[in-house]
Amino acid sequence: MAGDGTVQLIDEKGKRVDGRLKDELRPTEIKIGVVKNADGSAEIRMGKNIIIAAVYGPRELHPKHRALPDRALIQCFYRMSTFSVNDRKSPAPSRREKEISMLLSDALTSVVLTDKYPRTTIDIYIQVIQADGGTRCASLTAASVALADAGVPMRGIIAAVASGLANDIVVLDLFDLEDQKGSGDMPLGYCPTLNEISLLQLDGVFTLEQFDECLDLSIEGAKRLYDIQTNTLKQRYADIRAEVAVDEDDEVKEELKEQLNDEVKEELIEQLKEEPKKEEVKEEPKKEEVKEEPKKEEVKEEPKKEEPKKGDE
Amino acid sequence: MSEVKVKNHEIVIPGDLLAEGSLKYGDGVIRRGNLYYSTIVGLFQDRGDYIQVKALKGKYLPRPGDLVIGKVVEVGLTNWIVDVGSPYSAVLSANNATEKRFDPVKDDARRIFNVGDIILTKIISFDRTRDPQIITNERGLGKLRGGRLVEIEAAHIPRVIGKKGTMINMVKRLTRTQIITGQNGRIWVQGKKVEDELKAIDTIKKIELEAHTQGLTDRIREMLSNNQEENEV
Repeated sequence: MAGDGTVQLIDEKGKRVDGRLKDELRPTEIKIGVVKNADGSAEIRMGKNIIIAAVYGPRELHPKHRALPDRALIQCFYRMSTFSVNDRKSPAPSRREKEISMLLSDALTSVVLTDKYPRTTIDIYIQVIQADGGTRCASLTAASVALADAGVPMRGIIAAVASGLANDIVVLDLFDLEDQKGSGDMPLGYCPTLNEISLLQLDGVFTLEQFDECLDLSIEGAKRLYDIQTNTLKQRYADIRAEVAVDEDDEVKEELKEQLNDEVKEELIEQLKEEPKKEEVKEEPKKEEVKEEPKKEEVKEEPKKEEPKKGDE
Repeated sequence: MSEVKVKNHEIVIPGDLLAEGSLKYGDGVIRRGNLYYSTIVGLFQDRGDYIQVKALKGKYLPRPGDLVIGKVVEVGLTNWIVDVGSPYSAVLSANNATEKRFDPVKDDARRIFNVGDIILTKIISFDRTRDPQIITNERGLGKLRGGRLVEIEAAHIPRVIGKKGTMINMVKRLTRTQIITGQNGRIWVQGKKVEDELKAIDTIKKIELEAHTQGLTDRIREMLSNNQEENEV
C-alpha cells in the first residue's frame, strides 16, 4: 500500500490528480429504494465508485444455532463484481472481502438497536459495481442508509470517509491512485449525532500531528456526507410531509386511528360471524341494490336535462 | 420543563434530537440522559406530554389479540408452523386448532391444515423469548378457501380500513367482493368474478400508495363508481 513517493499526487497549487483540493470530497449521490424486493436498499455513487446495498430482515436465522438469544445478528456480505476493477477480480470470495464484511457488520452492530429483535438476523448485501478506492467507506455509508430505509431501529446513521497521505500532505477521500501510490490511508466511520467513531483503520506511517489532522479532516468530511444521507432519506417523504402539514384535522384523525385499532378487530369479528353460506345469500340482495342505484340516478337525470331545453325553446 | 425540538408531523430519521426534559415516550424514541432521539425514519408526533415516531415502513411485529392471515409452512404431528409475515414464525398447536379434541393417534394433522394453506388466525401470545402462539378455534377463524391474497405494508392497514371501516366497506360494496384484512398487512379478497377481485386488489394497492393523502375515501369512491358505469355501458 505504501507508495515509493515517486508519483506526484498533488501539485504546487494544491490540486490533486483528479482536480480536487486536499479537503474536498468526490461528488456524491445516494439513491434509496433501488432494489425492489429488498426490505430496504441504497445506491451510492461517490466519484467513480458505484455500490449497491440491500437490507433483508429482521428475519429468521438459519442455521438456528447461530441465533443470539437476546439480540439480532447483523451479517454483512461485501462482494466486488468481477468487472468492478481494471484487472478482472476472481469471483471467489477473497480474504479482503471477508475482512471488510466482518468490519462492516461490527461497525453497524454498534448503531443498530439489535435487542429489539432477538433471535433474528439482519442481512446486508453489498455489491460493488465499480470500484475507485474507498469502497469500504462508501459501502458503510450506503449500508446505513439502506438500514434506515428498511425501518430498522438505530441509534444514529454512520457516514464513512477515508483520509490519508499524498506526498506527505493530508488529503480527504482518497481515490484509487492516491490509495495505491500514497504513503498512508485511514478509513473512518463516524456517527455525527452520537459523536462516536464506529470504524477506524490505519495503514502506513503517520506522525502524531498527521494522525490528528487526518482525524479532524475525516470527521469534517463525514459530517458533509451525513447531510447528503439525511437529505436522501427525508426527500423521499417530502411530498408526504407537505400533504400532512396541510391537514388541519390531523390530530382528530390520529385519535380516530388509535381507536380504530380496537374497532378494526371488532369489525373483523363481526364480518366473520356471518358464515360463508349465509354471506352469499345476503350478498345477492345487496348487489341488486347496487345495480339499481345508478339506474335510478340515470332516470332522474334525463328528465332534468330535457326540462331546461324545453324551457329554452 | 421539557422542550420539544421538532415540529409535529415532521419527518425524522434515526439519531435526530426530538426533545429535552422529562416526557413520556413511545415507539421509535430512545432516551439518553434527559434527551430524546428518534430511532427510525418516520413521522414525529407530539401530544403534549407524550412523544412518539410513527414508522412509515418496517416488519410486522406480532401483538397479542391481532387478527392475521398466515400461510402454513410446516406440518408437525401435533402442531403447524405458520408464516405470518413477521421475523418470527408462529406456532399453532393442535389443541388450539379445532373445537374438537385432537388425538394424534387417530387424527391426521394434514387433514386439518396442509402446507400452503392460507389461514385466518389470532395471535394469543408473543414475547421476546418465545415465538408467537396462534389459534384457529374461535368463530370465523380457519382456512380461507379460494380468493386472492394481497400483501401491503402493515403500517398502512388502518388506512385501508378507514374510519370505522368506511373505506373497506365501500370497496367491498362497489367491487362486490368479500375482503378480510389482517393486521400483518395481508388482505384476502374474494369475488364472484375475476374482474371484481382484480379491481378490489388495484384499489387496495392505490390506497396503500396514497395512504398519506387527504380525501382518499372520496377519490376512491369516484374511481370505483366511474369504473362501474363503464362496465355497465
